[in-house]
Amino acid sequence: MYDAMLAESITITGHDGDEIEAYAARTLQPGPVGGVVVIHHLPGYDRQTAEFTRALAAGGYNAVMPNLYHREAPGASPDDAMAAARAKGVIPIPDERVVGEVAGAAAYLRGLTNSNGKVGVIGHCSGGRQAFLAAVSLPLDAAVDCYGGFVNRTPPGGHPLQGWQPLIDKTASLSCPLLGLFGVEDSAPSPADVAELEEALKAHGRTYEFHSYEGAGHAFLGVDRPSYRPEAAVDAWQRIWTWFGKYLAA
Amino acid sequence: MCTYLTEKISISGSGKGPSGWFRVTDASVYFDHPVHAPAEHTLNIDFLDPGAGPSARVAVELTAESARALVKAIEATLESVPPGLL
Repeated sequence: MYDAMLAESITITGHDGDEIEAYAARTLQPGPVGGVVVIHHLPGYDRQTAEFTRALAAGGYNAVMPNLYHREAPGASPDDAMAAARAKGVIPIPDERVVGEVAGAAAYLRGLTNSNGKVGVIGHCSGGRQAFLAAVSLPLDAAVDCYGGFVNRTPPGGHPLQGWQPLIDKTASLSCPLLGLFGVEDSAPSPADVAELEEALKAHGRTYEFHSYEGAGHAFLGVDRPSYRPEAAVDAWQRIWTWFGKYLAA
Repeated sequence: MCTYLTEKISISGSGKGPSGWFRVTDASVYFDHPVHAPAEHTLNIDFLDPGAGPSARVAVELTAESARALVKAIEATLESVPPGLL
């Protein structure tokens, strides 16, 4: 397969029409090809998620990762930007703002000359929750939630997510097929959380496919973390390729 | 899981970062995914001077056991200070 790509930092128009930084990795195939918005995890717009974004481009997609902390620290290194966002009290990033950033990233992808007009979303950890958020808030063609916690419930009192509407309540608005990749040993989402979400998807007649891996916990796709589980990760990547191949094809 | 939790405090002192010494006015303390430490969650502390920009930061990511040992060491050190110095 022709796998040439162009990867670079760019500026996209995000929430409220503001310009934010993003990392784009675009296949140089003439197309038409699908696009994927990659939502980074809580530690930020980091090298590891940039690698994930490039992997999607090498696989024949246009991919873009918006920097969700750009507004708090323009030009800062990703870890400093995360720290600045924490210090300013904006972690977790408000859902409305995340939706706006993802909408801007999706518009960027649809505007590329080799786009087939289809756009999916994928996210890990907090980004997994936000991938589900995007899929119930925006018109998309495919979504992948990698172990996103707190989709069904908000944590106990005093937690910054307290009072936020549980995203599971918006399942009826899911705009696209959802692939869920989870670890059986995870506590957020726990196997019970995953089962509850699956029941909601069934109840609303949504298209979905869930895979929960034995021997894996949270962040099993993170190759440089002790949580990495190669067997689960290899299978999960295959599921991702199949999912996007099915729903983002021309 | 992401805890999302952050304790923020005002502090007074100095820290040394890549560009040398700077005053620190704020600290963030949180137990969440680390950037660098080989653990799924760590007790993280950022010593900050927000007025000098995001890079005015001294960061540590400690295992929970290390963080508790650090707390004990700090308390023990302060308790052993000769009278009149605090």
